[in-house]
Order: sequence, then C-alpha cells, then structure tokens
Amino acid sequence: MALKLSDLRTDVHNDWCPGCGDFGIEAGLKMALTELPIDINKLVLFSGIGCSGKIVHFTNATGVHTLHGRVLPFAQGAKLANPDLEVIAIGGDGDGLGIGVGHFVHAGRRNIDMTYIIHDNGVYGLTKGQASPTLQLGMQTKSLPMPNINTSVNPILLALASGFTFIARSYAYNTKHLKETVKKAVAHKGFALVVILQPCPTYNDINTKEWYGGEDRIDPVTKKPTPRPYELEPTGYDGRITPMMSEDDVEKKMSQIIEKSREWGDKIPIGVFYQNETIPTYEDRIKARLPSYLSEPPAAQQLAKTNGTSPVNLASLAKELLFEKLVVA
Amino acid sequence: MTGGPQGSGVDSSANIFAGACALAGLWTFGSREYYSSIKGPHSYFEVRAKSERIRSQVNNVNLLATFDAETLIRHADEVCPAGGILYDPTFSAVEIDKVDTIEQLVVVRIKDRLAKQGLPGTVAGILEEAKKRNVNLYPIPYTDIVAKTAAQIGEHQLSKVSRIVNVLSVAASFAILGLDLNYLNQSIARTFGSKKKVIDMNEIGAKMAYDIAGGLPKQSFSNQLKPIQNQPRLLLMGNEAVALGKIVGGCRVQTYYPITPAADESEFIESHENFDLFDGGQPGKKGSILVTQTEDEIAAITMATGAALAGARAATSTSGPGFSLMVEGLGWAGMNEVPVVITQYSRGGPSTGQPTRHEQGDLKFVLSASHGEFPRIVLCSGDLEECFYDAIRIFNYAEQFQMPSIHLIDKSMANTSVTIPQLKADLVKINRGKMVENNGSSNVNGEPYRRFAFSPDGISPRAVLGSGHRFWNSGDEHDEMGHIEEDPFNRISMMDKRMTKLETAAREIPEIEKFNFFPSSKKQADATLVSWGSTKGAILDAMKLLEKDGISVEFLQIRLANPFPTESVKEKLSKAKLPIDIEQNYSGQMAQVIAEKTMIDLKNKIVKYNGRPMTQDEIYESVKRIISDPTQNRRVVLTHGA
Repeated sequence: MALKLSDLRTDVHNDWCPGCGDFGIEAGLKMALTELPIDINKLVLFSGIGCSGKIVHFTNATGVHTLHGRVLPFAQGAKLANPDLEVIAIGGDGDGLGIGVGHFVHAGRRNIDMTYIIHDNGVYGLTKGQASPTLQLGMQTKSLPMPNINTSVNPILLALASGFTFIARSYAYNTKHLKETVKKAVAHKGFALVVILQPCPTYNDINTKEWYGGEDRIDPVTKKPTPRPYELEPTGYDGRITPMMSEDDVEKKMSQIIEKSREWGDKIPIGVFYQNETIPTYEDRIKARLPSYLSEPPAAQQLAKTNGTSPVNLASLAKELLFEKLVVA
Repeated sequence: MTGGPQGSGVDSSANIFAGACALAGLWTFGSREYYSSIKGPHSYFEVRAKSERIRSQVNNVNLLATFDAETLIRHADEVCPAGGILYDPTFSAVEIDKVDTIEQLVVVRIKDRLAKQGLPGTVAGILEEAKKRNVNLYPIPYTDIVAKTAAQIGEHQLSKVSRIVNVLSVAASFAILGLDLNYLNQSIARTFGSKKKVIDMNEIGAKMAYDIAGGLPKQSFSNQLKPIQNQPRLLLMGNEAVALGKIVGGCRVQTYYPITPAADESEFIESHENFDLFDGGQPGKKGSILVTQTEDEIAAITMATGAALAGARAATSTSGPGFSLMVEGLGWAGMNEVPVVITQYSRGGPSTGQPTRHEQGDLKFVLSASHGEFPRIVLCSGDLEECFYDAIRIFNYAEQFQMPSIHLIDKSMANTSVTIPQLKADLVKINRGKMVENNGSSNVNGEPYRRFAFSPDGISPRAVLGSGHRFWNSGDEHDEMGHIEEDPFNRISMMDKRMTKLETAAREIPEIEKFNFFPSSKKQADATLVSWGSTKGAILDAMKLLEKDGISVEFLQIRLANPFPTESVKEKLSKAKLPIDIEQNYSGQMAQVIAEKTMIDLKNKIVKYNGRPMTQDEIYESVKRIISDPTQNRRVVLTHGA
C-alpha cells in the first residue's frame, strides 16, 4: 500500500519557530518518502542535535535522535549491521560541519549506501544564533556581538574532497526541487549528501527568505524579484561521472564541479553537483572480504544453537594457538 | 628473560621459546615490556616455563638471553646466583654511557653501582659483577654463527641473515636448559609458516648455537627443564582470549580506533573475520564479523551503538584515553538502554600516561564516567580464561539488562602470553534478553509498540531497527515511545525504570559470576587478600609460597564492580582477621569502592604504580611484612621491574 503523507505524521507537538525553513524540509522529505519505493518498516531516520534533530519525532518512522555531531557514525553503524535498512541521516550545519566534521570526512571515504541531509542556515539556532561553519566571513547576523571572524566552509567542496559520491544542494522553500533531489539522493547507490539552504527567521537576518527570494533584486523588465538559487540541470549542467568516461573527461568534469560549487552570492546553484556510481560502496568492499555479508549481515546472524550455545567452531578458530605435546624421537 | 631493541624480534624470540616449551608439554607464562615507539628503544620479554601451571611473574631471572649490549647492561643484576647469562663476547668493551638508548638516570644508577665495587663502567664490568655473584656466563659468538649460516645458505648479504640472532639466543638457552632442539625447530616452523627460506636459515643457525652452548661447561646451572606429558593447551595473549570470546559470544560488529594495548584484539578478530560454524546441517557454513576502523573513539562507540540498535551484538575496544573520548556515547547508550559492549584495557594514565605500561587506574573512572546517572555493567577479568568467558558473558549482561556494559581488562593481561587449558565454547550460553516478537505489525497486542514501556524489573521488550516495530530514541529524557518529554513525573518514572535495571541485574546475575573466593587451608585465615583484575595470578602464586611458610591466607577477587556484590563482600570482610587490599594503582580504587558500598575500610594496602605488573615474590614478601605487624596499617608500595 502506498504511503500517504498523513501516515508519516506523529502527534508530537512541533516547536519549530513560525516561518522556519525546517518546515519546508520536513514537507519535501515526507513527500519524497511517499513517492519512493521504500518499505516504511525498513526506514530509519537518524538525526543530530539542534532544531533539525527534532524532525524524527515529527515523523512516523523509526527515528534515532542521536548526539551533537555524531549522527553519521550512529547511522553508519546501523546500516553496516543491517544493510537492508533504508537509512537517512539528518542534521544541521553546525552538527555536521562543526563538531561532527571529522565524521563527515570519513563517511565520505567509506561511501556507505545511505543519505545525509544537512539543514544549512548559517547559525546555531537552538543555542540562540551563534555563527555556524557555513556563515560567511565578516557577516554579523543579529545575535552576534561581533562579525563572524572565520571564513566559511564550503560543504559541496568538502564533500567532493572527502569522497562523497552524490553531492546535491536544494532550497527549503523550493519544495518540489527539494523532494526530487532527496529522491535522487536516496536512489543513489552510495553515500549521498543533500545540503539544503534554509532561512532561520529568528537568528539569521541576512540569508532570509526574502534574500533567497531576491526581493532586493527586482528585474527591470518583469518587475519581479530575481531569486538567488537557480537550478543547475536546466542550464545543461550534468555532474555525473559514468564508467565509460575517459580520464580526460573525468578531469574536465571535476573542474566543472569545483567551479560550480564555488558560485555564491547573487547566483546560487541548486541541484546535483556530482554523482559517481563507479566507486564501489563500502558494502561491496566488505562483501569482497566477507562473502556472506549481504545474505547474513551482522544483525541477522544466528548467534545460538537451539540449546542456547554458540554455533562457532572454537577449535577451528583457535587452531593456530593450540599446542599439543610433541613426541620427539 | 630476553631483550633487545624494539623491532629486533624480541617478541618473536620469546614466542618461539614459549611455543617450544609448550610443545614440550610445559606450562608457560610470558609478559612483555616495551616502550611507546616502533624501533630502537629497549624492550624485554620474560617467559617462565614449569611442569605445573604458573600464573605470574617472579622477581629473579634464571637465564638472561641477550643479543645486544643494552639488555645485558639493564638486566644482568636481576639474574639470580647460579643463574646464567648468554651474551656475545664482543660486547665486553662497550661503555655503558655510550649506549644512547639508555636513559641518563639509568646510566648513572648502574655506573654508581659498579663504581662502588671498583668495577669499570663497561659491559666487562657488568659481567665481572655477575660472576662475583656466582652467575654463570655463557659467551655465544653470534656474529660468527650468523656468518657461517650465511655461507651455508649461500647468502652474501649478512644483514639478511643477522635477524636470526634472536633465535640463536633462544637456541643457546635451550641447550643450557637441557631441552631437545626438535621442540625448538617445530616452534620455528610454526612461527614462520610457509617462509621456507627463513625457516631453513633459523634452523641452521639454531643448530650451531645449540651445539656451541651445549659444549660449554654448565658449571652450577641447575634449572633444567624436562618435557612432560600434558593435555593440549592454548598459548595466547589476553587480547586474543578476548577476541575469541567475542566471536564465540556472538559479537558481529567490532569498531575500534588504534590504541595500545587494545588494537591487537581488533586485528586478531579482523584476521579471523570469516570463521567456521558447527554445521547445523550445512557443512562448511561460515559466520563473519565486521571489523571497522573508525576515525576516532567517539565514532567507534556511536557506530557500535548504531549496530547494536540494529540488532547485532556490537562492541568496541579501547584503552583509557580512548574511553575518555567515548564517554558521551556511553551516556547516550545508557539513556537509550542500548546493549553496547566496551572492552577497556587500562594502561598507565592520566593523559597519554604510560601507553605501553600496566596500571589498574581506571576503575573509578569507568564506574562513573559520563554526566548524569544511568546504570551500567562493569565486569573485571582476572586472567585469560576469565577474559574469554567474560567476553561472552558481557554481551549477555548487556542484552539481558539493556545497558552499556564495560569489560575492564588491563595491559598486563593484554600482553601476557600464557598457556591455559583449552577453552569451552559451550560453557556460557547465549542469552539475548527480552525481545519483541516480530508479528509483522508495528503494534503489540493491539497497542502501539512502546520501546521504553514501564515494567516492574525496569526492562522493556526490545525491538531492533527495521523489525517493523516503530520506535524512537533520544538522548533527551523521553516518554515510553522514545519522544522527548520534560514532564517532571515522567522524569521520575523513567529514572526509576532505568535505575531499577541495576537492581534486576544484581538479582539475576549469579553470585558465582560476581566474585571469586579462594579459601585458606585454615579455619581462620591469617589474612584476607582483596583484589581485582590481573593481580589474581600473582596473588594465587604467592598464596602457595606463603602456605609453604605456614601462612595461610584467603583471597577475595572482585569481578563485578557494578552492580557491586555488596552483601557478599560485607559478609566475607566482616569475618576477616586481617584484610589487605592489593591493587595496581596509587590510591586503592577498589578499596574506595568497598568502603563506599560496605562501610568497611581496608586499612592495609599493597599498591604498585610504576607501570610494571606485580610479581608473586613482591606479594609474598609484602603480605608477610604486613602480617608480621598487623597493627601498623601499612601502605606498601611495590617497585619491582625494569
């Protein structure tokens, strides 16, 4: 039976601020889930700490609300123990690119088949608006006593350098784009990142809904605002690396990806920057070593015989450690 | 004892020696001391071999097999009278202060000692000193043997052959000890496996060294070893015992970040990641365990926790510094009642401390680590057999009582290489605790499944991720469903529920798994020794020595540090004539726990914190000293070890 949006609702009171970009992300994610061919019983949402982390409580699917910055290792551990799970990890920009950035990098190196959604609003909302790692240098959002003294991290570039095999960006208030992007990310075989730009109406008074919507940039002809985010695909951009591509073509494509990921300000590209399915997933790499990994993953193995004892053949396991008295002539 | 620069094959020579003794039917006990470096600094290995089971080290060295000058300089004074030293005669001229890997403190100490006897500050002085103490000197021309071996196998590069020097010292020792060379050859073959050229080279050299040493006058060396008939035994290290226990106990995901002395365990598991199962109808069926090296210890524990949520038995393995990082993950697992297992090998702390040295300094830390209050299991093994069986039990505890569970071991056990009787895979049954049956619906009895349902024993039936029973987890205080809940009444109920599990665990874990009690041969023991962890072996061996002197002591070895067996400990200690706390730390941490739980203050303490494990002799002597005047309330600080 197809999943309906109402199936995904819980009774938990939603305490996000009115106008929060999180609502757009929640809507886009849930729409994507209803359109994806996934078994709700196999779905697990993991989240970090921050406003975004509460999303699992608002979603009627098994949800693991983890520690600040640690959403990726929790989620990866579950997926490795049971590769049948459909795992989506969700966290804020401070969670994933600040305290958890080490895990971000290493998750890229592994390339486990799962999805990671970052809510990117440039601030730590739940602790009242400190600068997050994606806030630009010199910016002074309203609760900062001084302008931001650090340069910002570029999550798209960092993901590329770390080995993510699907890197996309979307915008919280472009629900259709967001939904489609999440669907592509979930369908991708490998570690997929979706960075979702979102306004924080309470603490980020610079990158507001109006700023993203380009209300300060009225087109002289149409007299309409010119939104800052623009979609990559309609411009003819294609960030896919395919198995048949020559090394030269791959190099050219990488340069193009880097160039696109550096665009910011009045023109912010959204869409799939990069997708590469030529790199084996971590599960594939494990399977090459543990032949029974996918048929009998760690979570599905029989740990006891009917009499309750271990089925492991200890004598065989410990044979190199066994010493019998040697008879010498 | 053998020693040499780190990376020169000290370990392999000791293992070859112990293996050869084991092949002769003997029991062995070997422990390794090394610096935190890769190549160069001095490391040494002590191996004991005997016709009866041994569990600890001793103070004196009978035979010191050296293949470098430094080992001779550092350890010659530990050799007992009528013992022996094997050495290369070309070392004689080496001046002690020219060996730059010996710390200045040590150089000054040794030179002073020699100067007081009017001896020169050279290896010759050291040898002269030993001779005066009736130590037998066995010069073995290693360089010569290496050259002859090279010629015999047609190898022109001497450096390729010179690494057999460690085996030469073992072969010479074998001759001095009177054991057949065949045991050694067999042990060499086992060690080098398929490397035929290496085996040949070692065997040829070994034969020469054996013959040369056999031809030397034995003088008064009386410690001869004789082969005995014996059951097959395992020769293994603590790391390996734990690894075997984990695989047998159903651990199927192991995460780790490299750290001494824990990493060897994960590496052993990884090299046995596919293992044989008893057929169950399918011959050749294999099981597998996934070992993942993580980016840090925070990832190690949280990844293992994710795996445990998914239903796998999952563990991580670390030492004190790594455990320090894991603490936030421990708290989350406590809050969410996740059966994750942490194997903690304590080493010298605090901070980086003494990375390769031994200490039991983490007991109170693992008992209380994390902010807030939540239940946890802390189980302390005392020897390699316990390491194995406890590695299985700890998963049972974790799943039965749904709490993070810590298996506390230490460096001494991790790096101790001992012969033990064969282990039994079926001695501890697998118990996965209360689980929800998969009925194809998210509901249980028509009601939505509640992961944290209140229950009298505090334990709620557990569902795993992907089972169809929907649930939520949160590090925030939560309601029965797992959703964030800050209501004060819910808080009380949830705290009570979680903490009740500890009482349940205390009730359900059999007493026999909580502590060991070794009685005295007398009705009233002369003293009651109280300890935990790897001191067990030295205490049991010391008890035998004391018994020979007519002193009969009993020994209470505490194994379950949490939940603590308060009543039993109180009962044993209230009857004790002279309780003595023995611990490898500064402050007597278990004594503090005992005081907190039972209000009994152990006034006499034997402690050691120089990074080297206790020997049977140290315990024997210090217990005698305390018994000689029990009113003193002594704190004896042990110092043996180089």
